[in-house]
Amino acid sequence: MDGARPGLSVEGAVEGLRWMMLSRAFDARATAMQRQGRFGTFSPVKGQEASVVGTSLALDPRTDWVVPSYRELPALLRQGHPLERVMAGYLGKIGGARIPDDVNVLPNQVALATQLQHAVGLAWGLRLQRKPGVVMAYCGEGAASEGDFHEACNMAGVQRAPIVFVLMNNQWAISTSREVQSAGEFYRRAEGYGFPGVAVDGNDLFAVHDVAREAVDRARRGDGPTLIDCLTYRLSFHNTTDNPRAYLPDGWLERAEQEDPIRRLQAYLAGQGLWDDAARAAMEGEIAEQLDAAVEAATSMPSARPGEIFENVYADPPVRVRQQREELAHLTGADG
Amino acid sequence: MAERNIVEAIRDGLAFEMERDERVIVLGLDIGKLGGVFRTTQGLLERFGPDRVVDTPLAEGGIVGSSLGLAISGLVPVAEIQFLGFAHQAFHQIGPQLGRYRYRSRGRYNAQVTIRAPFGGGVKTPEFHPDAVEAQFVQAPGVKVVCPSNPYDTKGMLLEAIRDPDPVLFLEPQRLYRKGRQEVPDGDYTVPFGRARLVREGSDVTLIAWSAAVELCERAAEELAREGVAAGVLDLRTLVPLDVEGLVAEVSRTGRAVVVHEAPLSAGFGAEIVATLQQEAFYSLDAPIARVTAWDTPYPPGSLEGWYLPTVRRVVEAARRTAAA
Repeated sequence: MDGARPGLSVEGAVEGLRWMMLSRAFDARATAMQRQGRFGTFSPVKGQEASVVGTSLALDPRTDWVVPSYRELPALLRQGHPLERVMAGYLGKIGGARIPDDVNVLPNQVALATQLQHAVGLAWGLRLQRKPGVVMAYCGEGAASEGDFHEACNMAGVQRAPIVFVLMNNQWAISTSREVQSAGEFYRRAEGYGFPGVAVDGNDLFAVHDVAREAVDRARRGDGPTLIDCLTYRLSFHNTTDNPRAYLPDGWLERAEQEDPIRRLQAYLAGQGLWDDAARAAMEGEIAEQLDAAVEAATSMPSARPGEIFENVYADPPVRVRQQREELAHLTGADG
Repeated sequence: MAERNIVEAIRDGLAFEMERDERVIVLGLDIGKLGGVFRTTQGLLERFGPDRVVDTPLAEGGIVGSSLGLAISGLVPVAEIQFLGFAHQAFHQIGPQLGRYRYRSRGRYNAQVTIRAPFGGGVKTPEFHPDAVEAQFVQAPGVKVVCPSNPYDTKGMLLEAIRDPDPVLFLEPQRLYRKGRQEVPDGDYTVPFGRARLVREGSDVTLIAWSAAVELCERAAEELAREGVAAGVLDLRTLVPLDVEGLVAEVSRTGRAVVVHEAPLSAGFGAEIVATLQQEAFYSLDAPIARVTAWDTPYPPGSLEGWYLPTVRRVVEAARRTAAA
């Protein structure tokens, strides 16, 4: 990239910072609520915000798609997935967590790399139907060891699918270090699939956005996929059940925190005269209010009903499944 | 109306549906230029072009997984897995992904995908090609598992599968692909899922099967008739959904049943049939229900498959014992 003249405007950078700070604040809120027993297991984005936000800002939410793994919250929000629906999911609500019909995101995916195959099919299908969209698909460097990563990249190359693979190279897959995942560089794999691969400082919002914009443009032109290897650091735990102190080397976290993408962006914007204590206080206040409102909205959504176990399994459930639903309804009575 | 074998019925069904619905595309290994290793897709590439008849890289998980994405994009994919025994390379996409996508997305998305795969033994194929692993997919809620046994059902069930908004594993009996023709209508018709078919009436004992084992049971019933045992044959047609009512009604009439399948005995779908019958038809049963299946071993080399698969002799003996018990 041209370091002197980043593609993302300073206004765009302030918007990016807002998504990043919202994500960071959500992490803290969700973790606290998980510790209180109100939220389910949760995986924070902390440390990877510039990679997620910088890539998703290159998308047009009206036509483009985000296919997440499970650590890309701000990309979902930026596509238009409502915050309270994300919260509803962690609160164990069923219907309330549904992705609205006009929001172009697929559900979170915890079976690693399987979503890349879906993303390729989606992108390929858009191309076949001459629909304008581009698909941005996320996975971690751990997922890149899965067979589905290879199959998906290979199929995408063959079909010249309009897709951008974003590899969140955060150095850790629970306790498994990056060196254990692969002896090679991830971005170089793209060459073998017949499309470009690029490594980027994943903690630099401008740099990430530049490569993402180029990749999205390339896909939109019909020139096929790109693999973006975002070098970043997981600054928190894998999820709320994890204890990184059991495996992180001494000093690793402290060194990684020096590269905190939010602090870096704030320092840059301060240098441009666009960030100071007052701006921080205003933005943090807005975000806290937004989170409060989302928690309240999600909490007031109907709780999961046992009968919802049987909803959306089939369009037309087999007789047997209907009978089991009745059996459960007999147990739950009016509460079902 | 024309006489067609199963291969021709598949070809006719695919072409008919691709003509009727331009969203339908077919994808898989060797299905384009070659027309499929069994020629079930022959002629489709010439007729519908490479965008709708797609030779894919050799990756079962990619064929099935990308089909889910193609469906989300608005297309209706019919994916072919060259042999069901290789579907394990796609197993994690079939059950945990396609089967659960409607559920996981709370109804926002559905996987209108048909996965066609030949299976079953008796034609001396190499390892994995004949494996009858259908029951493994029955434990994947959200997926329908259907197994036609004749040309008429094949086309009608294929059209039903392609139009089903949920994923359907469509299993084709490779031993019967070209064995005999039957009147198959040229135009549109469907065979609904979840309705067993009484192939042959018989008051002494009911032989229960699906896919190629139906043909085996018909031959066994002929031989039993010569001995004076009236054996009926019930073709389940679909494992998911299962026609519990039809199954229970027929076995309640005869009071005796033998389940026949090409999969190994333990935890085969026969176990599900027997459990269902003891629950739903216990007081109508006059004898223990027998099972005639493959052994609990890997599928042997073709030279030994005649000793591995259920045979007319084994079905006849089991039916005879059951009828006399």
